[in-house]
Amino acid sequence: MEDYIKIAKNGLWSNNQALVALLGLCPLLAVTNNIVNAIGLGIATTFVLVASNVTISIFRNQIRKEVRIPIFVLLIASFVTIVELLMQSYFYELYLILGIFVPLIVTNCAILGRAEAFASKNTWGKSLLDGLMMGVGFSVVLIVLGAMRELIGSGTLFDQSALLLGSLGDTLSVNVFEDYQGTLLAILPPGAFIGLGLIVALKNFIDLRKS
Amino acid sequence: MRSNGLSTNQIMRQVVYALALGIGASYYFFGWGVLLQIILGVITAVVAESVFLLLRKQDVKKTISDGSAILTAVLLAVAIPSIAPWWIIVVGVSFAIIFGKQIYGGLGNNPFNPAMLGYAFLLISYPLQMSTWQVDFLSFGQSLELLFNWTNIDAVSGATRLDAVKTGLSLGNSIDNLQVYSSSQAWINAGFLFGGLYLLLRRIIFWQIPASFIAGIAVTAFLISIGNADAYLPAHNHLILGGTMLGAFFIATDPVSASTTPRGRIIYGFLIGVLIVVIRSFGGYPDAVAFAVLLMNITVPLIDYYTQPRIFGK
Repeated sequence: MEDYIKIAKNGLWSNNQALVALLGLCPLLAVTNNIVNAIGLGIATTFVLVASNVTISIFRNQIRKEVRIPIFVLLIASFVTIVELLMQSYFYELYLILGIFVPLIVTNCAILGRAEAFASKNTWGKSLLDGLMMGVGFSVVLIVLGAMRELIGSGTLFDQSALLLGSLGDTLSVNVFEDYQGTLLAILPPGAFIGLGLIVALKNFIDLRKS
Repeated sequence: MRSNGLSTNQIMRQVVYALALGIGASYYFFGWGVLLQIILGVITAVVAESVFLLLRKQDVKKTISDGSAILTAVLLAVAIPSIAPWWIIVVGVSFAIIFGKQIYGGLGNNPFNPAMLGYAFLLISYPLQMSTWQVDFLSFGQSLELLFNWTNIDAVSGATRLDAVKTGLSLGNSIDNLQVYSSSQAWINAGFLFGGLYLLLRRIIFWQIPASFIAGIAVTAFLISIGNADAYLPAHNHLILGGTMLGAFFIATDPVSASTTPRGRIIYGFLIGVLIVVIRSFGGYPDAVAFAVLLMNITVPLIDYYTQPRIFGK
């Protein structure tokens, strides 16, 4: 049990892939200009992480050490293709917005990193939890950054939720500031770097306070 | 800038005095706008710096009184349109102080010129407000009203000369048919030039940066207009339009973010001048001092590394 709690804590906080390992920054920075994109990419990444972690841990004794990296990538790419096709059929508009960043999940170092560092050495149960927690930890950062950028950049929250939830989503969209003209920098790439920097700083600040 | 026995506070004070000529020229042509922006900017700078210093548990009084935050605010206030709404200068100065300076650890540690970082932030974030410039003299009441009630702006605003030239050229006009001279801009630039010469005489700034900055603009503008004089602004117009003189004497000479070796200063200033002409001529924005200075700020460690003076005898 202790192991499992440690795995969860690692994924969510102390070894957070986005805040501590600083992995997967390309999609993290590119699609977080609003919450809905962030949630979409977060779910997709988490799904791929869990699926690849479980599969790799099940076959970890059959995969030869010399060719493990190509096999990991092949497995990850298969799951990414599944996610891509699913998104294309059920969330077509979101798929169009996320564009190249859905297939690019293959190259997300966080996923290959977990496969190599964790799934190839542990049982499938632990790997499942590790994948889930790493994915959730990554998604939370995506969503917080997306919320920050959307709020400062265009003064809304959950804009275009309809892409994810259909007609239900229209009620969710909030216009936080009336008559707000937007701060373009927050939506452009520099805003992503500054925002991520601030979140990393906040995490380090909390850690320092604790110790 | 040189230390020559002056404290940071005294240096900053001299720089603000030297700015007075250019600000005076701006007041003469446009009225109170620029002064209101400066007042608002300085108040914001003091508040933002104090709050951040308190959070960082630093000595507030000592740091505020070095005057660097106030100078940043004045430079930014002079650079933005004098009829910008009040929150432009407030947001810009706060960004300059917090993200341009304090986040790196305060004065002396910032790799970028804080005022220009604030300017670039504003220009990218609020393009409409940042490209609406005043064309005529406005009374105190009119300026004050525009500051807090940014409506009917079209009646008093227009494009700057650089902007108008850029649009004219992109429509296929020849430079000969365009109005390229602007007396207000020429006088404001002259004001900053003479203020800058005062700083040179007082030995507060080094001559290398403004000299090579101006040479960089002149040489580049001359070279790209060879054989194609219709399509590019002549060198002498580059020198008296936009923020050229303010940039050469007051912005590029920032002691913290500029190169610190004698040869390095020449390279640094010259390349800023080159970049200004290149961005003005081929880029998407009409003026380019802020971008050119920020781009060269990044290269300062490299320039300094390769231009260390040789120790005699080695």
